[in-house]
Amino acid sequence: MIKSAFEKGKAFIPFITCGDPDTETTEKILKEAYLNGADLIELGIPFSDPTAEGPVIQSANTRALKNGVTTDGIFAMVERIRGDIKIPLVFMTYANVVYSYGADRFTRRYAETGIEGIILPDVPFEEKGEFSSVCEKNGVDLISLIAPTSKKRISMIAGEAKGFIYVVSSLGVTGERKSIDTDLKPIIDTIRENTDVPCAVGFGISNPEQAAGMAAISDGAIVGSAIIKIIEKYGKDSPAHVGEFVKKMADAVHGTKDPAA
Amino acid sequence: MAEKKGRYGNHGGQYIPETLMNAVIELEEAYMRFKDDPGFKEELFVLLKEYAGRPSGLYFAKKMTEDLKGAKIYLKREDLNHTGSHKINNVLGQALLAKKMGKTRLIAETGAGQHGVATATAAALMGMECVVFMGVEDTERQKLNVYRMRLLGAEVIPVKTGTGTLKDAVSEAMREWTRRIDDTHYCLGSVMGPHPFPMIVRDFQAVISREIKEEILKKEGRLPDAVIACVGGGSNAMGSFYDFIGDETVKLIGCEAAGRGIEGFETAATINTGRMGIFHGMKSYFCQDEFGQIAPVYSISAGLDYPGIGPEHAYLHDIGRAEYVPVTDDEAVNAFEYLSRTEGIIPAIESAHAVAHAMKIAPEMDKDSIIVITVSGRGDKDCAAIARYRGEDLREE
Repeated sequence: MIKSAFEKGKAFIPFITCGDPDTETTEKILKEAYLNGADLIELGIPFSDPTAEGPVIQSANTRALKNGVTTDGIFAMVERIRGDIKIPLVFMTYANVVYSYGADRFTRRYAETGIEGIILPDVPFEEKGEFSSVCEKNGVDLISLIAPTSKKRISMIAGEAKGFIYVVSSLGVTGERKSIDTDLKPIIDTIRENTDVPCAVGFGISNPEQAAGMAAISDGAIVGSAIIKIIEKYGKDSPAHVGEFVKKMADAVHGTKDPAA
Repeated sequence: MAEKKGRYGNHGGQYIPETLMNAVIELEEAYMRFKDDPGFKEELFVLLKEYAGRPSGLYFAKKMTEDLKGAKIYLKREDLNHTGSHKINNVLGQALLAKKMGKTRLIAETGAGQHGVATATAAALMGMECVVFMGVEDTERQKLNVYRMRLLGAEVIPVKTGTGTLKDAVSEAMREWTRRIDDTHYCLGSVMGPHPFPMIVRDFQAVISREIKEEILKKEGRLPDAVIACVGGGSNAMGSFYDFIGDETVKLIGCEAAGRGIEGFETAATINTGRMGIFHGMKSYFCQDEFGQIAPVYSISAGLDYPGIGPEHAYLHDIGRAEYVPVTDDEAVNAFEYLSRTEGIIPAIESAHAVAHAMKIAPEMDKDSIIVITVSGRGDKDCAAIARYRGEDLREE
């Protein structure tokens, strides 16, 4: 259950692109992330043209695809490691990867491997029907995103949210930002008025201070590009480095308490 | 299930990040408010007439007709518009709409550079800031248009990701729009992307088919037997087809860029080689591999070098109302040279794909039948590239 990731307190959620630089390294990275305090892991299935990503994750997608990773290869990898990683896992990919595989077939397959949900950044509320229906049928969750521009849409999206809500911290694509200036408090307040589903903040978080800050106002922090940069730098030797970074970030997030009301 | 907004049969929709949803909703609301507003219509009409030079001519290609010994051939001369292509029709409409919405900045993608030039032109005219995203490979293929955009005051950003072509320019323009929404309108150049773009661009381009119909009735007293246009995303084709969709005797033929042939991988013929998918905001046909990775397509024509097709074209294909045929690089280059020599008209290499198909079918048709070819743009921009294709070392620099 995705919910269990948020039951011990604030959740730290790392994002990893599967197959970057290869699936063997991804397996090791996932184990390191789990052992060093990740509460839930987002597994990216690479897409050729990831329109919601900044340059760092775009390059990871390109590297992984160049190295020949496929959707089936990723399912097989998850099956190998699922038993060793005792936290919830969700996929993150683009609509076409799911659609071209057959939404039902894809969802059934990943549900069998023990993945508990999926994030599709190019499937907004209006288009979610054909994906959420097969998720429901297979007992997994389609994770909703809420952005700083969502405004009147927040209550509608939150009202039907499953698993957790991915709160996009600021305008733009994924990638590090010096500071996150959006006033997320009113957005999260509106979410909480409409649902008990936990919400975690992502986009632009790269250091323990930012992660703790975002976790303080929500239920968790999601970090992608900062981890991918480590993998880009160290390649096959990256698992230990990622583990070290995850520990730093997870400790910061876990030490976070809700600000006194 | 109830018919959803912006659907053409199974195609279309709004597959975009949540960050952009309110932007497209606001755009749709503004468009619905202004499209029938007499003041807006008058302003656009005057711009199209006085600034862009509409209506564009419907020219009887007498020499071509005599040479091919078949159907009578008319050319819809979108190449004679200001900025040299049909792109200005849509851009003036969208720029005016953006201005009414209080936007001060236009961003656009461009392949061959025609849409980028048109957007830069409208931005200069209306005093708006302009940024154009163009695949790095296309900035090489179409250097002249890069210069034109800069001359007009636009910033041109070469896109190095992916294949460095039109699809990557679209992706980058979408990314830029998520970064900056408040003051920025994404002036999408084709009948593609998320709703309401396919509808808006079609409506602004439909002037082409309205004019063809009016003029052919005047000249021939009847409708044409076929209307032929090239298709990348499909804006000049949709504009050329739209007013004829209800006229079932008029064959509608879209010419896709087959590149080096639809049997191989070096092609951009979406309907002929692609399958259903979801990309760039829409459900439609896309060239892709078995796992849904978008294919690195190829065509000599930067403007048709795109792995998808607008959702309404996908629908017209599904219901059999329009036919989509592949035309290779070789055929297009031959047609480029043929029209230049025969009629003294140098067409854009994109438009040459339509000319090439007409050259195939016209001789098989009766002498009293009528074909209209939309010459979507002029070919000055392509001269250096075609010379190189023919082995001449013609350099612009």
